[in-house]
Amino acid sequence: MHINMKKATKYIVVLAVLVSFMSCQKNSRPNYQYMPNMYESIGYEAYQESDAFANGVEAQLPAEGSIPRGDFMPFEIENTNEGYAFAKANLTSPLDSTQVDYDRAGPLYGIYCGICHGNKGDGKGKLVQREKILGVPSYADVGRAITEGSIYHTLYYGKNTMGSYANQLNEEERWQVVAYVQKLKADLEK
Amino acid sequence: MKKPYQSLEDNPTYNMKQVIYCSLTSKIFSLCLVLLLSFSTSLIAQEGDPVNGKSLFNSNCAACHKLDKPMTGPALRNVEARLADEQGLDRTWINAWIRNSSSLIKSGDAYAVKIYNEYNQTAMTAFPQLSDQDISDMLAYTAAPAPEPVVAPVAEGGPVQEGGVSNDLILGALALLFALLAIALVLVNRTLNRFAEAKDIKVVTEQEKRTPLWKAFVQNQFLVLVTAIIFLLASGYFVYGYFMQVGVDQGYEPVQPIHYSHRIHAGDNGIDCKYCHSSARVSKTSGIPSLNVCMNCHKSISEVAPETLAEGTDYGVDYNAEIQKLYDAVGWDGTGYTGDSKPVKWIRIHNLPDFAYFNHSQHVEVGGIECQTCHGPVEEMEIMYQHSPLTMGWCINCHRETNVKVKDNDYYTKIHEELSKKYGVEELTVAQMGGLECGKCHY
Repeated sequence: MHINMKKATKYIVVLAVLVSFMSCQKNSRPNYQYMPNMYESIGYEAYQESDAFANGVEAQLPAEGSIPRGDFMPFEIENTNEGYAFAKANLTSPLDSTQVDYDRAGPLYGIYCGICHGNKGDGKGKLVQREKILGVPSYADVGRAITEGSIYHTLYYGKNTMGSYANQLNEEERWQVVAYVQKLKADLEK
Repeated sequence: MKKPYQSLEDNPTYNMKQVIYCSLTSKIFSLCLVLLLSFSTSLIAQEGDPVNGKSLFNSNCAACHKLDKPMTGPALRNVEARLADEQGLDRTWINAWIRNSSSLIKSGDAYAVKIYNEYNQTAMTAFPQLSDQDISDMLAYTAAPAPEPVVAPVAEGGPVQEGGVSNDLILGALALLFALLAIALVLVNRTLNRFAEAKDIKVVTEQEKRTPLWKAFVQNQFLVLVTAIIFLLASGYFVYGYFMQVGVDQGYEPVQPIHYSHRIHAGDNGIDCKYCHSSARVSKTSGIPSLNVCMNCHKSISEVAPETLAEGTDYGVDYNAEIQKLYDAVGWDGTGYTGDSKPVKWIRIHNLPDFAYFNHSQHVEVGGIECQTCHGPVEEMEIMYQHSPLTMGWCINCHRETNVKVKDNDYYTKIHEELSKKYGVEELTVAQMGGLECGKCHY
């Protein structure tokens, strides 16, 4: 009996050591690295903290008035009711019928718009059906009577509760999506 | 109105007792019926149908108006009574406003101009298609009394177990069972010993002195050698395993500054990964979504549904408090941006070493690989963790096994033909197209 007790104590000690080794592994902190200076970038990374700027982050907004390189045209219509009315009446798509690509626009619409506006544009997307977001109109709504210009203006600046999608879609993609919305509107009005 | 219980009372076949009960219940019943009818007729005549009003309100107004909180437009609870009491405006004014607010503003109506300016001159959409009945239905819905505030379940304390037996209970029961077994064994042993004593059988408890086991073991050199080899091999295995996992962060699950549930957003609500991580389509990084992307929806979703809040207690999270953290960081006071924003210190989980190049758009757009292939079942993760090891061996393995999607991709047609002739295969793997060359990822 006495010997058994001793053996049992030994087993318990071994078990305790093993358990304590196992519990060293913690998922809330990153693992050790062999040579951190080969892992961590010396140059600034997009989202890192930095004391180079006053607000303490490396990622900064572009300076006022700066434009991206390449083929860029500024969008000069303002984010006001007058701007919206102007866009609705005058703004037209730069894409001609050969450039409109529904195969590319459809998936983009599905990702960014369909979740609220519905894949048919009837205002019954998944978030609406689950009553997370309410009051999404159908594209065929007569009171709104959207045009390509007004769709682009809304996509660019947002309207009421809808936010701007200018940072998720580039200019060409926005016009593709506008064309797709026009197609859905035409289908709904049939 | 004809009383329905008259015929029962007059019926001679009923005995006294039954008649009393029948007449009583049917009286109550008819009273209720009369009450209900008079109530509902009055509702239809004066107030409209709140049920139809709710669906109309949700599809037409709720984008900009909440009942109890100002949003893009003012809060609308009891709007008709409030307008009548405070402004002396009647139904005609409301109808005119809803059908075409801008012409009312242009006509110089004092209150219309005032409310237009008060809400940042946001033009309300015209609703010429709504009938008088539709509008009175919606006003009936807005006139309904506000629901009692639901006391938010407290997020503190352990996870709440509802229905089903908890793990603790099962473990406790098992422990109890084992304890009972041990006691039973001791008891049986004691009883057997007692039997042996009674029957005068000598129990061999300790044998005569002989060489102890460990000494015999040490004296046997062969056994010592074998044990040493086994021990060395085993420790080599574990040491190798330990060194190989240094720098691998599989399972890394840090606590983020705002508790964001991928399970709710990507799983329950089915929002596409690329809605928030839009730069995965077009750039090297998948990007941490900026807070304006959150605000696309959370401008109007300031509180989660009660059932979602209840789910949160299982994880010890108060989702509403987390949404408030978002508002705090982005500087949103419920109706507009204050301009007082501060960065959220998200903790990066997936991090390749600086000497390895990886491009998201190349895999997501060109390769057509699902996000889940590398990131695992994100749509089920309440707390995001690293699913894959992200080691070079893991990359290489996938490049060896995955066939390139060349179908309907003109870019690959020519090289596919040449290479499949060279390797004599139908489908090319990434490796056969040069996906194992060092310079593809290290330069």
